[in-house]
Amino acid sequence: MAVATPSPRSKPLELVCPAGNLPSLKTAIDHGADSVYIGFRDDTNARHFPGLNFDAKTAAQGIQYAQGKNRRVFVALNTFPQPDGWTRWQNAVDQAAELGVDAVIAADISVLDYACRRHPDLPLHLSVQGSATNYEAIRFYHEQFGIRRVVLPRVLSLPQVKHVLENSPVGIEVFGFGGLCIMVEGRCLLSSYVTGESPNMCGVCSPAKAVRWEETANGLETRLGGLLIDRYAPGEPAGYPTLCKGRFTVADQTYYAIEEPTSLNTLELLPELQKMGIAAIKIEGRQRSPAYVTQVTKVWRAAIDACRQNPAAYIPKPEWLRELGKVSEGQQTTLGAYHRTWQ
Amino acid sequence: MTMHQPKLALGPVLYYWSKNQLLDFYQEMSGAPVDIIYLGETVCSKRHSLNTGDWLELAARLNAAGKEVVLSTMALLEAESELLTLRRLCENGRFSVEANDMGAVRLLAERNTPFVLGTGINVYNDHTLRFLAGLGAKRWIAPVELSQQTLASIQAERPVGVETEVFVYGRMPLAYSARCFTARYHDLPKDDCQYRCLDDPDGLILSTREGQAFLALNGIQTQSAQICNLLHELAALRELRVDVLRISPQAEGTGVVIAAFAAGLRGERDPVEAARALNAALPYGACDGYWRGQPGLRQAAEVG
Repeated sequence: MAVATPSPRSKPLELVCPAGNLPSLKTAIDHGADSVYIGFRDDTNARHFPGLNFDAKTAAQGIQYAQGKNRRVFVALNTFPQPDGWTRWQNAVDQAAELGVDAVIAADISVLDYACRRHPDLPLHLSVQGSATNYEAIRFYHEQFGIRRVVLPRVLSLPQVKHVLENSPVGIEVFGFGGLCIMVEGRCLLSSYVTGESPNMCGVCSPAKAVRWEETANGLETRLGGLLIDRYAPGEPAGYPTLCKGRFTVADQTYYAIEEPTSLNTLELLPELQKMGIAAIKIEGRQRSPAYVTQVTKVWRAAIDACRQNPAAYIPKPEWLRELGKVSEGQQTTLGAYHRTWQ
Repeated sequence: MTMHQPKLALGPVLYYWSKNQLLDFYQEMSGAPVDIIYLGETVCSKRHSLNTGDWLELAARLNAAGKEVVLSTMALLEAESELLTLRRLCENGRFSVEANDMGAVRLLAERNTPFVLGTGINVYNDHTLRFLAGLGAKRWIAPVELSQQTLASIQAERPVGVETEVFVYGRMPLAYSARCFTARYHDLPKDDCQYRCLDDPDGLILSTREGQAFLALNGIQTQSAQICNLLHELAALRELRVDVLRISPQAEGTGVVIAAFAAGLRGERDPVEAARALNAALPYGACDGYWRGQPGLRQAAEVG
């Protein structure tokens, strides 16, 4: 398809990579991330997994490492505090400000309000958990809290993203690669319905402690909170039992009733995303290994650079797709909602 | 001292029903003992049994029958046409509006009209509630995953003049997606869904491969298959000074449910006994786990 060269004024697409720990942060920076996003070691962020995330010391080291190379660090404080935990979120905002992070990514109104009143110079991004799918919602957060960027939920088609962007007072960040939430982020309670813990309240989805793997006469079974999520025939590759990615029965059919185990990959949409003026591409996966971060950052850095240099000639290289395929859930990728037919 | 007496509300119909079914239903509801009726399409803008004008007309009729009417808005707003409908509802000038997206909050705050925060708005603490009250929220409904204990903490700090509503009966809305799961089941593209959700007036039941039903697919919305029923918790709801109890419509038996809650509120029926009777008739059972701080699908043994 014909794509015009970006105007000289247009800023390069920013590559925002995940870091669940210091080695991931360093490797992301070393391999070309413009920014990394991290979380603290508690339920103030939506990847509250055992052994993951940063304490004050490692966060300071990471920030020093990134900023020393003119890259940026964002801190996700994107869960919804309940009254008994409120001071934890306040402290987390204060800590982020003291550390000199380049932005806080938040979702809840109380957190945004506290941050913008207490630390007026601390840049705020609206997290994908803020569920802003239209420009009126984005304007709300901009007017009330001065957010500088919004991360869009993974539910909009490309024309819808473009329409939001054209009417948005702030820059737009979209997910480019990684685990795919089929539900609007910030509005999915499936996990707590089955396990008692949800992304909104606890920063987890389908938590590992609720998972059981069992070899049975019927095959390998995966359970979440006791509920059968999937059953695999001998030799069939088994995946983590994320609630929405199991095989279930509706009337007479047993199938992936909600979504297949698959990852989002938008490498082929880069020229369009660049042309419409997207500010940043986000890679999912703070819970993944440094090896994943290295691989994905490398590929996306190369792709963004190639696309910027010559968008008209850009096509994703087969080796890029191969590398990304290796680290994708179920070894499959999809364009997700960006491509209308997926919906 | 008189006992705190909550009002009864009927939530918006979450399913796609035919025009006749909707009109018959609301004809019945106009005589039912509910104080508040939420009206409008909140799930899918393609559903068109009633258009905005029809909803407003119905609102006027129900209002004339003595009901407080609130116009509910869509939870997932994407297209410009959906924003146009939203603006029209926010500017209706007569009935208050339930915001289910922050875009709606913006439009309502701008107009200085008091509004209701629906299930689509995340209020998990009193700070958020106070902020939104400052913009004109007069009532909020607690997220269905909040426990009684968390609700009590919020109630203790609730801003003056703000009413608290709790989802006490129905299939809980658990998630929204860009994908239509009803169309996916029928192997149809969303753009050519043929309105198949009309076939299932209570949604499509989703079960594990062991036959354990746990979700209901309703277009782009995913609900609990189990009915959340908090009738047996009436004393606790009163004690927490909850102002409004929401009953979410099902295709059959909503009148019976309302009657059971109304009788419980008037003290004519033991709420635990009444809850047990309602639950015994449910094909996929009841649940109250969230209220007790547990996985939502669990059910207290005493009301089975």
